[in-house]
Amino acid sequence: MVKTPAAKPARKPSAKPEKAPAPAAGAKPAILPEEGSNHPRPRDPKRHEATADELMHFYKEMLLIRRFEERAGQLYGLGLIGGFCHLYIGQEAVAVGLQSALTVGKDSVITGYRDHGHMLAYGIDPKVIMAELTGRGAGISRGKGGSMHMFSTEHKFYGGHGIVGAQVPLGAGLAFGHKYNEDGGVCLAYFGDGAANQGQVYESFNMAALWKLPIIFVIENNGYAMGTKVSRSSAETEFYRRGDSFRIPGMQVNGMDVLEVRGAAEAALEYVRGGNGPLLMELKTYRYRGHSMSDPAKYRSREEVQNMKDNSDPIEAAKAELLKMGVAEDALKTIDKDIRKLVSEAADFAETSPEPDPSDLYTDVLVEQY
Amino acid sequence: MAIELKMPALSPTMEEGTLAKWLVKEGDTVASGDILAEIETDKATMEFEAVDEGTITKILIAEGTDNVKVGAVIAMIAAEGEDASTPESAPAPAAKSEPEAEPEADKADSAKSEAPSENAKIVPETPKRAPVSDPAVPEGTKMVSTTVREALRDAMAEEMRRDERVFVMGEEVAEYQGAYKVTQGLLEEFGPRRVIDTPITEYGFAGIGAGAAMGGLRPVIEFMTFNFAMQAIDHIINSAAKTNYMSGGQMRCPVVFRGPNGAASRVGAQHSQNFGPWYASVPGLIVIAPYDAADAKGLLKAAIRTEDPVVFLENELVYGRSYDVPDLDDHVLPIGKARIMRAGSDVTIVSYSIGVAVALDAAEKLAGEGIEAEVIDLRTLRPLDTATVLESLKKTNRMVVVEEGWPVCSISSEIIAVAMEQGFDDLDAPVLRVTNEDVPLPYAANLEKLALVDSARVIKAVTKVCYKG
Repeated sequence: MVKTPAAKPARKPSAKPEKAPAPAAGAKPAILPEEGSNHPRPRDPKRHEATADELMHFYKEMLLIRRFEERAGQLYGLGLIGGFCHLYIGQEAVAVGLQSALTVGKDSVITGYRDHGHMLAYGIDPKVIMAELTGRGAGISRGKGGSMHMFSTEHKFYGGHGIVGAQVPLGAGLAFGHKYNEDGGVCLAYFGDGAANQGQVYESFNMAALWKLPIIFVIENNGYAMGTKVSRSSAETEFYRRGDSFRIPGMQVNGMDVLEVRGAAEAALEYVRGGNGPLLMELKTYRYRGHSMSDPAKYRSREEVQNMKDNSDPIEAAKAELLKMGVAEDALKTIDKDIRKLVSEAADFAETSPEPDPSDLYTDVLVEQY
Repeated sequence: MAIELKMPALSPTMEEGTLAKWLVKEGDTVASGDILAEIETDKATMEFEAVDEGTITKILIAEGTDNVKVGAVIAMIAAEGEDASTPESAPAPAAKSEPEAEPEADKADSAKSEAPSENAKIVPETPKRAPVSDPAVPEGTKMVSTTVREALRDAMAEEMRRDERVFVMGEEVAEYQGAYKVTQGLLEEFGPRRVIDTPITEYGFAGIGAGAAMGGLRPVIEFMTFNFAMQAIDHIINSAAKTNYMSGGQMRCPVVFRGPNGAASRVGAQHSQNFGPWYASVPGLIVIAPYDAADAKGLLKAAIRTEDPVVFLENELVYGRSYDVPDLDDHVLPIGKARIMRAGSDVTIVSYSIGVAVALDAAEKLAGEGIEAEVIDLRTLRPLDTATVLESLKKTNRMVVVEEGWPVCSISSEIIAVAMEQGFDDLDAPVLRVTNEDVPLPYAANLEKLALVDSARVIKAVTKVCYKG
């Protein structure tokens, strides 16, 4: 009864290896408009053919996000993290697959409030992220942002925005900057299936297409806008078609397979870097945990979640593929151990480092003195 | 049966214009819809169409004439073939919508000495007296008479020449030359890469501006009026104002949101609101509301340069007014500093934006009654220069706040609170505020006039705090 995350059967790319272990990995990216259109479209993406080392790297990053988020959930339960806390568990392949194809410091990334995974996938230190979650002075936003508001301008990671959909025009602004400065960069703007219904998203689509801005609009479709299932919130549930009216080509990608995601990211980047304007990617994914920590989880069944974990987990799939490639089980265990250690250190740091100094209350309101 | 052709009003605030060109000559027959002439104002050039059929019998104002008052007769038309066409053409003049504005102008014309037009009631002429203090301008600097509109444009142009990161974006800023002609000439000098027309999507382009600022550019985002910025207020407040704080000082958003604010003239409730108090309540924003051209220029340049996000509130009714602007290579004024516009010892009148004109007008009239008012132009609404206000209060011991805006939770309320908290011992009378009436702005001319601040009300309040009323 449970839908696979990649529900849309699409044309099969030719050189598709059938070795992907999870059933969900079988779905193929579809591209609109169809061939023969008068409008430019990206090439058909191919599932990335990773070396064992490369896949191992993706596996590590996904596992780091998973373990980090599990620990964040624990710390929340202990009262060490307050307010809102939106976990990325289940969606790891999206951030890792996409961002591994970007050039850090050249391309820019912007996202909404479910931002921990996107930061970790960009190699930002888990300690300063966790310390931000616990509201400590050593946090990446000095404890003044919290879970939803984290930034690393050094990585061109621009947050961390709490108003659903607001990051989309902001991302178009970053893309405007890439074009204005002719720096060759592309902006990756993440938003969810819920945000995809906001009006400002379409204002941004229009201007991005009109001005051929170098931006990839990434819709992480995890099936639910808070507790509202996509089919109850969206007239067009095939989100990759949402750019059609603006002549923005769309791709639907299995977001539970890191190599599918990576392969699609490459095709997308090639298209956008080629000066063709924006592209829309719909990543079909699933979040295992609630919308935020205070989610009653009444809107979906336990079985639905369990089935997804059992059959479509991106980390288990990568693990199985690594074993198939001949990577020793011990090596994977070592990785798991190392990551647990890294996360424990981050959690310790976040728990023990001091809260911001009371005087920090008044700093950073304005940059300049008047 | 001669019909008078009158100088048309092309906008609610137009008082006079240039008759740029006649496209017909005496003796020509014209039909309804024919273009008769081109009329130019400081804001736009428009074609003047015939409403009636007939023959042009007389052209009364030659082409190229400047300052033709709205409502002045510019030509005469004789109806064609008295019997034949009369039944058709006769009802036309009365039925057309355009003449609606003309009776207004007619009245204004005949009562020239008192009120040249509707809007002038709330923009009294500034008395010709140099401001008492503007420490930013060196003494002896040559002054050049400049309209506020030109001053704003010059500020943007100078900053664009100086800094490649500065660009201007908004509705009709490029090819149309600005809905209120503020961006006139910028496209020609800087090209479409840096002067960008947007679709009518305030929320979207305000977000694009904020995002571009986060990415390191210096956007100047024009709202056609700040009424439309309510569509975009989320980006002004949540995206721009809070970013630096939320990121612990890591990420900045040096964007300027600018455009006309406050009541214009006869444009109704949805297009007439002063948002100064709204934005001034938000920590993380700089809010500037200049009055004259020198301040408009010097403060807009400062706004573009600062690392903080700025809301820059202009006023349509003063765009066309000329004021002295210091002839300096780089006239940049300090943000957050009020200006004493007129020295006085009996009472302090605090205001900003167009309210300053009302305050100055009242002050001149009060001088005739033996009350010397000190007039302070706040210039920046956030951060507020409370020191200048309190210092003046210390001297005069009486204060009135004048604001073209609603009274509740206003800048006036804030100034009064500051006076209570920090100037209580200096007060010899309660501080009074003179604001617009607490109603949406009505359309009808008489009601609109009743709703807006004017110098008579200021004089009344001042007399009261001076215990002379």
